[in-house]
Amino acid sequence: MWPAEFDYARPSSVAEALQLLADNEDAKLLAGGHSLLPAMKLRLNEAPLLIDISRIEGLGSISNNGSLTIGALCTHADIAASADVQASCSALATATGMVGDQQVRNWGTLGGNVAHADPASDPPTVLVAFNANINIEGSSGSRSVAASDFFMDLFTVDLEPGEIITSIEIPAHPHEGSAYVKMPHPASRYAVAGICVVLHKDGDTCSGAHVAVGGATVRAMRSPGAEAALRGSSLDDAALDAAAAALKDDIANDLIGDMSFPEAYRQEMAGVYLKRAVRAAGG
Amino acid sequence: MALVGKAVKRKEDPRLITGEARYLEDINLPGMTHIAILRSPHAHANIVSINTEAAAAVPGVVGVYTGQDFMDVNPLPCPWPAGGVENNLNTPRALEVEKVTHVGAGVAVVVAEDRATAQDAVELIDVEWEVLPAVTDAEEATFEGAPQLHENAPNNVCMEWDCGDQAGADSALASSDVVVKQRLRNQRLIPTPMETRGCIAQHEPVNGEYTIWMTSQAPHVHRLLFTAFIFGVPENKVRVISPQIGGGFGAKIFMYPEYVLTTALSKKVGRPVKWVETRSENYIATTHGRDHVTDVEVGANRDGTITALKVKTYANLGGILSTVAPGIPTTLYGRMLSGAYQFPNIYCHVTGVYTNTGMVDAYRGAGRPEATYVVERAVDLVASELGMDPVEVRRKNFVPNDAFPYEPNDNLLNGLSYDSGDYDKALDMALEMTGYEDFRAEQAAARAEGRYLGIGFSTYIEICGIAPSAWMFGEGWGAALWESANVRMHITGDVVVTTGSQSHGQGHETSVAQLVADELGVSMDQVHVQHSDTLGTPFGYGTYGSRSTAVGGVAVWRSLQRIKEKARAIAAHEFEADIEDVEYIVNEEGVGKVQVKGSPDQSKVVGEFMGIATSAAGGWSLPGDMEPFLDETSYYDPPDCTYPFGTHICIVEVDAETGNVDIKRYIAVDDVGKVINPMIVDGQVHGGIAQGVAQALWEGAQYDENGQLVSGSLMDYAIPRADLLPSFELGRTETPTPNNPLGVKGAGETGTIAATPAVVNAVVDALSHLDVRHIDMPLTPSRVWETIKSHSNGGNS
Repeated sequence: MWPAEFDYARPSSVAEALQLLADNEDAKLLAGGHSLLPAMKLRLNEAPLLIDISRIEGLGSISNNGSLTIGALCTHADIAASADVQASCSALATATGMVGDQQVRNWGTLGGNVAHADPASDPPTVLVAFNANINIEGSSGSRSVAASDFFMDLFTVDLEPGEIITSIEIPAHPHEGSAYVKMPHPASRYAVAGICVVLHKDGDTCSGAHVAVGGATVRAMRSPGAEAALRGSSLDDAALDAAAAALKDDIANDLIGDMSFPEAYRQEMAGVYLKRAVRAAGG
Repeated sequence: MALVGKAVKRKEDPRLITGEARYLEDINLPGMTHIAILRSPHAHANIVSINTEAAAAVPGVVGVYTGQDFMDVNPLPCPWPAGGVENNLNTPRALEVEKVTHVGAGVAVVVAEDRATAQDAVELIDVEWEVLPAVTDAEEATFEGAPQLHENAPNNVCMEWDCGDQAGADSALASSDVVVKQRLRNQRLIPTPMETRGCIAQHEPVNGEYTIWMTSQAPHVHRLLFTAFIFGVPENKVRVISPQIGGGFGAKIFMYPEYVLTTALSKKVGRPVKWVETRSENYIATTHGRDHVTDVEVGANRDGTITALKVKTYANLGGILSTVAPGIPTTLYGRMLSGAYQFPNIYCHVTGVYTNTGMVDAYRGAGRPEATYVVERAVDLVASELGMDPVEVRRKNFVPNDAFPYEPNDNLLNGLSYDSGDYDKALDMALEMTGYEDFRAEQAAARAEGRYLGIGFSTYIEICGIAPSAWMFGEGWGAALWESANVRMHITGDVVVTTGSQSHGQGHETSVAQLVADELGVSMDQVHVQHSDTLGTPFGYGTYGSRSTAVGGVAVWRSLQRIKEKARAIAAHEFEADIEDVEYIVNEEGVGKVQVKGSPDQSKVVGEFMGIATSAAGGWSLPGDMEPFLDETSYYDPPDCTYPFGTHICIVEVDAETGNVDIKRYIAVDDVGKVINPMIVDGQVHGGIAQGVAQALWEGAQYDENGQLVSGSLMDYAIPRADLLPSFELGRTETPTPNNPLGVKGAGETGTIAATPAVVNAVVDALSHLDVRHIDMPLTPSRVWETIKSHSNGGNS
C-alpha cells in the first residue's frame, strides 16, 4: 500500500484551489480521501499533485433557508447527525449513516462522494430522488447542475477538470415521508440495489412520488414509470406491484452486475426494495 | 482452588488490548532494507525474458534479482505427499524461473532502502511473457485438451488416492432400498488472517547464522525446512522467531517462497531484509483452503439405516504445491468420511489436481470440514429421500456408546479408532436447548404466512490432536508429530515453561499456566509460558490440527510429574525420610508442598524462595548423585488422535422475495473432552462458527476463465461480521479421551467443521416444501433466490 510519489498543496480558499487546478494539469482534489487514497495506494490511480481542499473555510456547514444547503466538505457523519437533515430530508440522514463504517463516515465528504460517483454508493440515490442541485465553481464562474443530470455514467459526472463542487442544495420539498432502503453487498456493504422514495399523500391517496434507484444501475436515476404507477393510487399491493414492474422496465438498459449479484437479480431486487421503501416511507 | 476448568482471564490480553504486543511489522533493525516482489499478472505463462535495468537505476535501490540469482537455493519441499501412492510433485522456488502457473507467483524482486522505493522500482521491471491458456476448475483440468501445467503431471493430476472398500460400497449400494446421488461443491476459501504474512531475515557473515523473524505457526518446522531441505545448513545456523501473530487459520504453517527469498537476500545484500505482505498479495500469494468437487452416492434402507457411502472428489491443489497440500484432501478428508456413524461400507477416491489458481492447503479444519460437509449433507439427503426426520436418521446410524473405541469400517482410519463419545447426549442437549418439539409447528405456521423457516443439524465428529508419528509417517507425512516441553522451577519458585508449540491466538500462556499452577501448587503469576523462538524452546511441530493441548499439553504434564518426583526425593533427603513416605500435595489455598505422610509439621513449600525450588537450584544438599535444579524436558507422542464431537443446530429464515438468509438462532453443543479454560474454548467455538457460517453463506474465491482472482479484495470477498450473526447459544458435554492423561481432545476447529453443513441443511430445510434438495455454497441471496424461483411452480402445487 504505497502510492506513487505525488506533490501536495493545501489552499485556503476556493479561488486559490481553482488557480492550482488551472496551473497543474492532472492534479486531483483531495477532501476526505476515502475514495481517492485507497485507489492511489493500490496504484490504480495516481496524480502528480494532490490539492487538499479539506481546510477551506465555509465548505463544511449545513444551513436551512427553506432549501437545505450542505457544504461539500460536510462529512457523512455530520450529515447523518444533522437535525436539519433529519427534519427535512431524513432519507439522506439514513443513507449517509450507511456509508462505509464509522471511520469512513468521519472522514468521507458528501462532495467527494458525489464527485466519485460510485454507482453503488448510497447518497447519490437520495440526492436524485430529492431533486438536489450540485453547486459548482470554476474559473469561468459558478453553475448548478441537477443531480439527475450530474450523474452521467459509472464514475462519470458533469464536472470539468478545473471545477470544484462547493455545496449540494436540496430544494424545499414538503412531503409525507421518505425512505432509503438497500440490500447491502455482504463484502463491501455498498448497495446491490438501493431505493429512495419520497411520498406525497392526499388522505389515503398518493398524490405524487419521487423514486430513485442506485446500486443496480450504472448511475443513480429516477424511475418515471414507478412514479406514475404510484401517483393516484392508494399504495395498495397491486399499485406497488405495478410500480415495481415499471421500475424494472425503466432500468432494463442501465443495469450493472457481477458474479455474485448478476444484473437480472439486481433488477428484481430493485423492484422488491421499491416496495419496501414505499412501506418504510409510510405508504 | 483448582484452576483447570475455570474461565481464568488470559495472561496475553493486557499486551494485546493496550497495543503493546509487537507484531512483525513493528520490528525494525538497524540498516534494514525492504523488498517489493514482482508477481505474475498471468495465471499461466512462460517467462521469455526479464529486463531489470531501469529498476536497478532507481536511486535508493540496493539490488534487483530474478529467479536465476537463486538457482543455488533448493525448491521448497512438499513433505506431505499423499500416502502410499505416486505423487507428481511440483513446488515453488524462491522466484520462478521458467514459467508461472498462477497469478501472484513471484518472478523478480527489488531490494531498496525503503518500501516505497522498492515498489516504485518494481514497476519498472519489464517481463516478456508468453501467455498460455488457463484452467481453473479441478475436474475440467483433467479433461482431454485441457492446458497442461507441469510436464511430470499428465492431465494435471498430482495424485490419485483412495481409501475404504470400493467393491463393498458398490455392492451395498446395489442392494440398498434407496440410493441418493448428489454433486457437492465445497468452494475455495481465502483464510484472511487480520495480520498478513511477513518475514525479516538477518545474516551474520562471520558465523553464517541466520536469524529469521516470521509469521509462523510452526517455527521449529520452518527452521527444519530452511536447514535440512532448502539451504542445506545445520540447525544451529538458523534461528526462527515468531513474534506476536495476528491469526493464522493454517495459512501460516507453511513454507512460502517469500520467506526463502527474504532469507537468501539477507546474505546476498549483507543487510537485514524485511518483507511484509499487502492484503492484495495475501489474497493471491498466501494459501487458500477447500475447493473440492465431489460426487456422493449414499445408500439406505427404508428404516433409515445407511448402507454405504461412496465419494469421488476432485481436490484443487492450485498451480503449484504448498507444503502439505496433498495430505489434506486425502488423510484428513477421506479417513473421516464415516462421520459419527456406523456406515457399514465406505469408499472414497480423491484426484488431486493442478489448476491455474493460487496454492491450496490446510485452512481451519483442514479436510475435516470438507468431510463433515459430505457426511452431514448425505445424511440429510437420505432423510429427505425417505421422508424421515433428519434427527431420527442420525440417531439410527450413530456409533453407540458401547462401541468405543470404534474403528470405522473398511479400515477407513488405517488402524486408528474413535476414542470416546456419547453422540446422543450432545444431540439431546442441543435439541433441548433448541426446543425442537415446538420448532416444527412454528415452521408450519410460518409457511402458512409465506415465511420460510428452516432448521439444520450437524452431528459432527472430527479428528484432532494430530499426532501419532508412526501413523502419520504411514500416511505419507515425512517427519514426526510428537510435541515437547521443558519445565524449570527457578530458585525463586517461579516456573518457566518452554514449549515447541506456538500460540497465535489460542491462549497457551494461560491454559498451560492453569495446568502448571494446579499440578505444582503455584500461582498463575508464577508461571511463565514461553514459545515461538527456536533458540529458547525445545523442538515442536507447531500449532495446527487442534493439537497443542492434546499433544503439547501432555508433554508439559509429563515434565510436571518428573518435577514433582524430584521434589519428593529432595524432601525425603531433607526430612531424612523414605521417598515412599513423602507426598506432593496441593492444599486448599493452591500451595504445593512436599510432606511426610501423616506428619504435617514435616513439610515444605515447593514453589517459593527457600522452598524446595531453592534447595534444588542451590544444590547444597541433594541426595546421592542427583543433579541440581528442577528442570525437566519431556517428549510426548500419543498412541492415537482425539475425536471431539457434538451437535450444532442452526435456525434460519429465508426471505422469499430476496433469497437472503437470516440466521435466527445458532445452538452448539461441543464435546472437546476435558476443558481447561471454558472461556478460551467458547472463544474458539465462536470464531469457528463464524468462519463455518461464512463458508455456507458468504465466502467464496472467484476466478474468471483466465485465472484472474475476481474476489481479490475485501471489497469483493465477504468475511463474516458480527452484525450478520446471532448471539450463539453454547452448551457442552464432557467426555474425556482415554488417549491422554489430561482427558483433553481439542477445541480449535470444531466450530468451523460443524457449522457449515448445519447452515446449509437449515436453508435446504427452509425450502424443502418447494422440493429443494440441495443448493451449492455460498448460499448468496441471488443463488437462493434463483433456487426459489426455479422451484416455485412445483412447490405451489
